[in-house]
Amino acid sequence: MSAAEGGGQTPVQYIQHHLTNLSVGEGFWSLNLDTLFFSIGLAVLFMWIAKKIGESLNAESPTGMQNFLEVVVEFVDTQVKDSFQGRNPLIGPLALTIFVWIILMNLMDLIPVDLLPWLASLIGIHYLKVVPTTDLSATFGMSFSIFALIMFFNFKVKGPVGFVKMFLFHPFSANNIVAKVILMPFNILMTAIEEIAKPVSMGLRLFGNMFAGELIFILIALLPFWIQWIPGGIWAIFHVVVITLQAFIFMLLTIVYLSIAHQSQDDH
Amino acid sequence: MNLTATLLGQMGTFAVLVWFVSRYLWGPMTTMLADRNKRIADGLAAADRGKHELELANQRGAETLRKAKQEAAEIVAAANKQASQIVEEARNDARQEGQRQLEAAQAEIEQEKKRAQEQLHEQVVGLAITCAEKVLEREVSATNHADFIQQMIKKL
Repeated sequence: MSAAEGGGQTPVQYIQHHLTNLSVGEGFWSLNLDTLFFSIGLAVLFMWIAKKIGESLNAESPTGMQNFLEVVVEFVDTQVKDSFQGRNPLIGPLALTIFVWIILMNLMDLIPVDLLPWLASLIGIHYLKVVPTTDLSATFGMSFSIFALIMFFNFKVKGPVGFVKMFLFHPFSANNIVAKVILMPFNILMTAIEEIAKPVSMGLRLFGNMFAGELIFILIALLPFWIQWIPGGIWAIFHVVVITLQAFIFMLLTIVYLSIAHQSQDDH
Repeated sequence: MNLTATLLGQMGTFAVLVWFVSRYLWGPMTTMLADRNKRIADGLAAADRGKHELELANQRGAETLRKAKQEAAEIVAAANKQASQIVEEARNDARQEGQRQLEAAQAEIEQEKKRAQEQLHEQVVGLAITCAEKVLEREVSATNHADFIQQMIKKL
């Protein structure tokens, strides 16, 4: 007997129930408490581990978690060094945070879909969406922050004039002034689309992958319980790849976009 | 599925998390990793230097040993030479000494012989005089004819 039938729901109701956030407030000013709870909880977990390891670094004989974090840090550092031209002390920790936080949030997907909502229902919470990255607010929260950084560094590196030039003379360039003026509106439009497409595509890519993965887990949960372990196992194994790959892609795109933002107008 | 104010909460969380990770994990850990890299590189360089120095020391040692052996051989050769020289000298001295002693002995023998001859002459002369006294009986006395007798002895 599957969970849907057990709860006296139709499959559609079951799926919708699982995809509904625990939220308070109305319209835009509502808060998805479950998303915030799990993402902040995982952030605190990561902060706790980071502080614990960071305070007791042992250069001579690293053990356990320090080894693991060293591997992650060096991996991220390699990516940053390979992809990021120029020098900015923010990029490394930013990339590391993105990578680890997204992995942690994505990993919530591997917890059985009904377990946490069921536990929550015991204490009177009737809606719970466990995976923060299946909430557009979470993925856009990160990608819009990065968008803000991209704009900030574009402005900082290129200067006000270069920043305006980036919008006016790019991507279409011409040699005489008249053609330049004619091309200006198109350039503004194209550059704006190009820049806005970056955070939107990043956020949607992560959201889409995780949402689809979550949906498939929910669909698998609708199957009879004795068969669930076959598709569930296969999908979970496959999903581990998606979890890390999406975190990696998000991190790498962040590095690359910020690297582009650091290039001056001439070599753009 | 809608964008809500959760977005702002997430952005704030993200900012705090980035700051925290940068402050407490990334900063210390990259510093430590860089230090460790440097120490490993230094250690390897020091090991290389040590190896090089060891080689040099070995070379120097071998060189010194070779020199010492050579010197020892030279000293032994010189000592041998000196020893044979001393032996030779001693032999020469001994030979000379022997020769000298032999000559001295011969000279002494010669002298003894001479003295014996002289004594023999004197006795022979004495006998002859005694005989002559007997023959001449008191006519000829030894004291009267001493000059003559001495001349005779010298002729002998």
